[in-house]
Amino acid sequence: MGMEDITGRPAPRSKRLTPLVWAQRNLFSSVSNTILTLVSAYLLWLTIPPVLDFTIFSAVWTGTTREACLAPGAGMCWPFIWANIDQFIYGRYPPEEIWRVNLTFALGAAVIIPMLIPGLPARRLNLVFLLIVYPLVAIVLLAGDRPGLRPVPTSEWGGLLVTLVVAVTGIVASLPLGVLLALGRRSNMPAIRMLCIIFIEFWRGVPLITVLFMASVMLPLFLPEGVNPDNLLRVLVGVALFSSAYMAEVIRGGLQAIPPGQYEAARALGLTYWQAMGQVVLPQALRHVIPGIVNTFIGLFKDTTLVLIVGIFDLLGQVRAQLSDPNWTMPQGALTGYIFAALVFWAFCFGMSRYSTFMERRLDTTRER
Amino acid sequence: MKNPLAAFITGILIGVGGLYFFLPYDPLARAERPAMSAGTAADGERMAAGETLRRVRQRGFIQCGVSQGLPGFSSPDERGRWSGIDADFCRALSGAIFGNPDQLRFRPLSAKDRFTALQSGEIDILSRNTTWTMSRDTQLGFNFVGVTYYDGQSFMVRKAAGIETTADLAGATICTETGTTTELNLADYFRGRGLSYRVLSFEKNDEAIVAYDRGRCDAYTTDASGLYAMRLKLSDPDANKILSEIISKEPLGPAVRQGDPQWEDIARWTLNALLEAEELGITSENLDEMLESDNPRVKRLLGREGAYGSTVGLNNDWAANAIRAVGNYGEMFERNVGKNTPLGIARGQNALWTDGGLQYAAPVR
Repeated sequence: MGMEDITGRPAPRSKRLTPLVWAQRNLFSSVSNTILTLVSAYLLWLTIPPVLDFTIFSAVWTGTTREACLAPGAGMCWPFIWANIDQFIYGRYPPEEIWRVNLTFALGAAVIIPMLIPGLPARRLNLVFLLIVYPLVAIVLLAGDRPGLRPVPTSEWGGLLVTLVVAVTGIVASLPLGVLLALGRRSNMPAIRMLCIIFIEFWRGVPLITVLFMASVMLPLFLPEGVNPDNLLRVLVGVALFSSAYMAEVIRGGLQAIPPGQYEAARALGLTYWQAMGQVVLPQALRHVIPGIVNTFIGLFKDTTLVLIVGIFDLLGQVRAQLSDPNWTMPQGALTGYIFAALVFWAFCFGMSRYSTFMERRLDTTRER
Repeated sequence: MKNPLAAFITGILIGVGGLYFFLPYDPLARAERPAMSAGTAADGERMAAGETLRRVRQRGFIQCGVSQGLPGFSSPDERGRWSGIDADFCRALSGAIFGNPDQLRFRPLSAKDRFTALQSGEIDILSRNTTWTMSRDTQLGFNFVGVTYYDGQSFMVRKAAGIETTADLAGATICTETGTTTELNLADYFRGRGLSYRVLSFEKNDEAIVAYDRGRCDAYTTDASGLYAMRLKLSDPDANKILSEIISKEPLGPAVRQGDPQWEDIARWTLNALLEAEELGITSENLDEMLESDNPRVKRLLGREGAYGSTVGLNNDWAANAIRAVGNYGEMFERNVGKNTPLGIARGQNALWTDGGLQYAAPVR
């Protein structure tokens, strides 16, 4: 910041920028700044060295059993992570069928990554593939309910697999649903508007944990015997509806920022309602609310850990379950597991957040042109 | 559609029609059933004897409710296999029914949803170290079939402190978790004996054990089986010991839905068979020799004499298959929580009655 003024030209330099000058300008420019710098440095000194010491310097890196980590003063127990890594990623998915999960992951990456890189051709085809073909392929591959594939019930899925399945389903379903709900809430048709308002306010009014609990525990009591939808499926539907209500409100915020003249002009040009919305209003509205949308995505990604209460082991649940293995119970076990889970979650959330920053900047420049 | 009222009515009609079409739900039939609040027990009552076994056979596997991870009772290992006494009991059941220990699916349940899962029929048996109490037995609509582990609240203290019995704990600070029966038991016990104490409660047991480890309290209390597991989390486990005194009764056992006596019998007698096998010295290793034994009790248990299996709808070698699946009760205990495991729990109350313990099985005859 300090290097450029608002016109983007370099600021006039009075002195050469040596580290000392930089520090004097940025860290010790005034009394209050100096105090803040010193306090921050002290807080960092208090926290960073112990964390680094625990996770890296006195951590145990080699070994195959808990005995390796029992030395006094030993830090993070990486052998616990290596030994259980398959559990953390695949849960109780049968080991000989893990290639199916890997293939699903690889296909997902192959479909999603081209979507994320701007300027690649055939995006529409890719979108159809992502929204319709890929979910079907993924369901067949993972559940294996087809000839030639061994069925794997969802009760055996776990770990990162479940986290990703729940999060991706929620994210992919909530965006289109959210757009429809937001448009519906601003619609002139009272029936549709009322239905959308009721839907949104209902789902926003209940905690996710209640939704999951109802979906998993109460629903079977109400449904007739024999009708027993899959536990994970119930959770997926609950999460998708829940997140679409939040998404709808975020998108509505964007819609409200677009002046009505835009829509009126589009209609005056002879566009239909859907054309006007799809080609004039929504592209502008969505651009405004990218931070809000990504915020919802990140929140949803982290909320997936709540599925533990209905007996589904996501990554965090699987970490906790493996901690209960008496062969790996040790003093630093809980800390080790939680730090590992935090690292994985952070990697995903940080990735999403960086991507959204990138998109914002890119869309901003196109607007300037 | 220009008219909003028409749109509204059409929407409602489509919605109701869609619901009626897609949900195989008959409100009239439901109304004749007993009220839903009692529906959980009613669901059980509606189930005829033999229904559960028939359904399990048809499905090809047992749905076994276990914990979400409890050392020694049910916890997944590195390969994702559930181990522990509770998990093994379900394997024995699968052995008794199918002749194969692995025709079952484990359903990890939290303490909150375990009872509903059993009532709603999502699981066939709840083997999730649940304490057998009167209210659970009588009010929740299910029955306990026996005791797989006699647990009870006890104390962990530092060896250096020189505390030998609970009487030495007078005036001590004791760490525990909030809002559990553990805290109530503690209060009852100390007040009943006129001993003074100070309690330091924590939200989670992991916090409580850290506080104990750092010396903020003189003792840590929870169920004895839990104490052994928590001891492994201490920085120096060997400097601590668990008092032999037990101040509460926590008989842990599997439970089944009420209303299907046959299924209840299968579960009860599978447990009895494992205990009986230990008493008779039948193990998973010597099972094949024992099948040739002349001892009438062994012959009855292993199905060489009489037809006890068929009385509960099973094959006559049901008990032999259960033992082949997990070994006898003693083997199951030693493998999961015994002296050679990290937990290192002594048999204590869980020894057979012939060895001064409480485990006593009704005879197969």
